[in-house]
Amino acid sequence: MADKLHFDLVSPERRVFAGEVDMVVVPGSEGDFGVLADHAPFMSTIRTGAISVHSGNDVTRTFIRGGFAEVTAAGLTILAEEAIDLADVNAEDASKSLTEAREDLGQARNDEERHDAEARIEKFQALLAELSH
Amino acid sequence: MASLKELKNRINSVESTKKITKAMQMVAAAKLRKAQEAAEAARPYAERMAAVMANLSSAMEGPDAPRLLVGTGKDDVHLLVVATADRGLCGGFNTNIARLARERVAALVSAGKAVKILTVGKKGYEALKRLHNDKIVDRVDLKDVKSIDGSIAAMIGDKIRTLFEAGEFDVCEVISSEFVSVISQKPRAQTLIPARDAIDETVERPDLKGAIYSYEPDEESILEVLLPRYVDTVILSALLENAAGEMGAKMAAMDSATRNAGELIDKLNLEYNRSRQAKITKELIEIISGAEAV
Repeated sequence: MADKLHFDLVSPERRVFAGEVDMVVVPGSEGDFGVLADHAPFMSTIRTGAISVHSGNDVTRTFIRGGFAEVTAAGLTILAEEAIDLADVNAEDASKSLTEAREDLGQARNDEERHDAEARIEKFQALLAELSH
Repeated sequence: MASLKELKNRINSVESTKKITKAMQMVAAAKLRKAQEAAEAARPYAERMAAVMANLSSAMEGPDAPRLLVGTGKDDVHLLVVATADRGLCGGFNTNIARLARERVAALVSAGKAVKILTVGKKGYEALKRLHNDKIVDRVDLKDVKSIDGSIAAMIGDKIRTLFEAGEFDVCEVISSEFVSVISQKPRAQTLIPARDAIDETVERPDLKGAIYSYEPDEESILEVLLPRYVDTVILSALLENAAGEMGAKMAAMDSATRNAGELIDKLNLEYNRSRQAKITKELIEIISGAEAV
């Protein structure tokens, strides 16, 4: 077996994941990329979507929003604004939140509320897309 | 000497004070654990963020570099973000932060710099408004904030960035309390803007062993996303450490208040018993000498 990749996933509130894995597929802003051990130093912003963590035969998918990925000799680090384990959410709740966000957008009174609602719509749309995979 | 009734009243009142401080101490201890966990959980993100910034900032040179990173090139107007707690009864916690803030203001003013202050937390505002009311440009209260999270930090970060983009200041410092341990909180000032100076203060540049980074899309776009987030992260971790420190200080203050109340009760009890005894003895003497006289 080839070398393992050290992978850290941290959000502002906590360290979501830290450990050795085989491969991580990251949704970069310019396209998805996979990171294996001994990857060249690299840094990319991330678009809202799911990362896939491959470890042996297991694939764990985590939804992340906002942030960036950094690959150094020490491994891969992803700093995400928000990280949600896809196993923890279901499509029903997400589509309900999406409807709510759409309603809020219709009732938004100022730019701030509008931005907030738009950001939520974008997030839940992306979340639903990932869930239907 | 106070009468027995008076003494009894005082003992009762000190006893109920003791109960209150004891309860406050226990509440603070419970909250401390939560706040400490939150502060510790936020640390990896802040550390990684600083490391990434260190990497990036060494790649960014020249006049095109973002101003949040390299500053305005001037050093005339300083913005001090003074973060304190919103509540008192936590020993010298707020006072220490306010004292450091006043010292910084005095040092900057005597160096001929203009100073602006943004206070976070009610106590900081109250402590500074008397002397430096003209310098306070904005204040944020934490009264309605149930738990400190990214949104409050982003709100403060937005205020700072708006001021910066309007050219209101050149250098920004955050004055808050460092959570060293449960019994020790140290007020500290850290540079926030220009971010490059802040990073140089805290982080060692990682050794890339000659490897060249590639960036996607490119350094400028990444920095554009990263810098505002960096500001928010620094503020968030300052607020979280403050919250933990406040609870630690409150716990220590309430602990010593409880102990003082206990000592006072012991002393009052002694005095109460003595005067009761004296009264009984006096009555006995009166009775005996009355009987002898008959």
